[in-house]
Amino acid sequence: MRRLTIAIAAAFLAVPAFAQDLSGPDAFADIADETERSVALFDEMGKVLTHPRCLNCHPVTGGPTQGDDMHPHSPPVVRGDADFGAPGMNCSTCHGTANMTLTDGHGSIPGHEPWSLAPVSMGWQGKSLAEICAQIKDPERNGGKSLEQLYEHNAHDGLVGWGWDPGQGRAPAPGSQEIFGQLTRAWIDTGAACPAG
Amino acid sequence: MTAFTVNGRDYDLDIDPETPLLWVLRDELRLTGTKFGCGIAQCGACTVMLDGMPRRSCVTPIGMIEGSEITTIEGMEGPEIAAVQSAWTAIDVPQCGWCQSGQIMSATALLQQVPKPSDEDINNAMAGNVCRCATYVRIRQAIHDAAKTLEG
Repeated sequence: MRRLTIAIAAAFLAVPAFAQDLSGPDAFADIADETERSVALFDEMGKVLTHPRCLNCHPVTGGPTQGDDMHPHSPPVVRGDADFGAPGMNCSTCHGTANMTLTDGHGSIPGHEPWSLAPVSMGWQGKSLAEICAQIKDPERNGGKSLEQLYEHNAHDGLVGWGWDPGQGRAPAPGSQEIFGQLTRAWIDTGAACPAG
Repeated sequence: MTAFTVNGRDYDLDIDPETPLLWVLRDELRLTGTKFGCGIAQCGACTVMLDGMPRRSCVTPIGMIEGSEITTIEGMEGPEIAAVQSAWTAIDVPQCGWCQSGQIMSATALLQQVPKPSDEDINNAMAGNVCRCATYVRIRQAIHDAAKTLEG
């Protein structure tokens, strides 16, 4: 019996922290204070921003990670000058314009057009949500985006959208890009407040 | 139908677009210089050039290469491949040889982009090409030797 209990407990513990759904903006409508609501909306966005589907290609240094446990990319790859791998082995050496299910039917090589690492200035791995929030709003570090452009990016960018269509063998990011876009819209409209550091 | 060229020759093939390019090269076109190693882009044995850039053909569905130019080991030309071939022969790089087609394609791609690669450049470019005979020391030496040849 004790062994069974341990097994059940282990099974629950094995459920990754990111195995969660994503609430839309309406779920936060009853937070009266607008800034508090904005922070709550960003916290919800954080479920996506800190999901392995997103974080794996937002490393702070070095090359990408992969898998839900975010292990180092195999084969070993480096960022390269253009965030696109090394001369002789670019991202496109393996990653194509769309996900490709492997011929043995198990797993897939992820792909999208374009496909590359996020620039170093957009590296999030190991950072707190407060740090990511400050970073994501800063045009010096977000690729020169205004908040409106950031909304467009989150709501409609194809590579962002890949997070919800990651190919066989990968858990998608929570919710949908549509909900993520709605959350971003509501966060911006409530002042784009960041969580406390 | 999928239209593309291989080694300068035009093809227009009626094959399932999900079929990996490697299958088409070896089984349909009988270009067997490109090898199957792992089938999951982990070993590099199947490397070809896709529009001039190295590409693992085992994870390249032919539906993706419509209108593209493919070059296999059989069709490689130019100073870099000539230098690589000479350097490979001079010090007998291969042991069993199975992976060497892919090694040569990646080494040539590296030299086309970085004429005088450092050890780090070689590490980064060749990390995806596995050799079970562990000829890595000779591969590195041959790439340096080929680079010296290219310097003139």
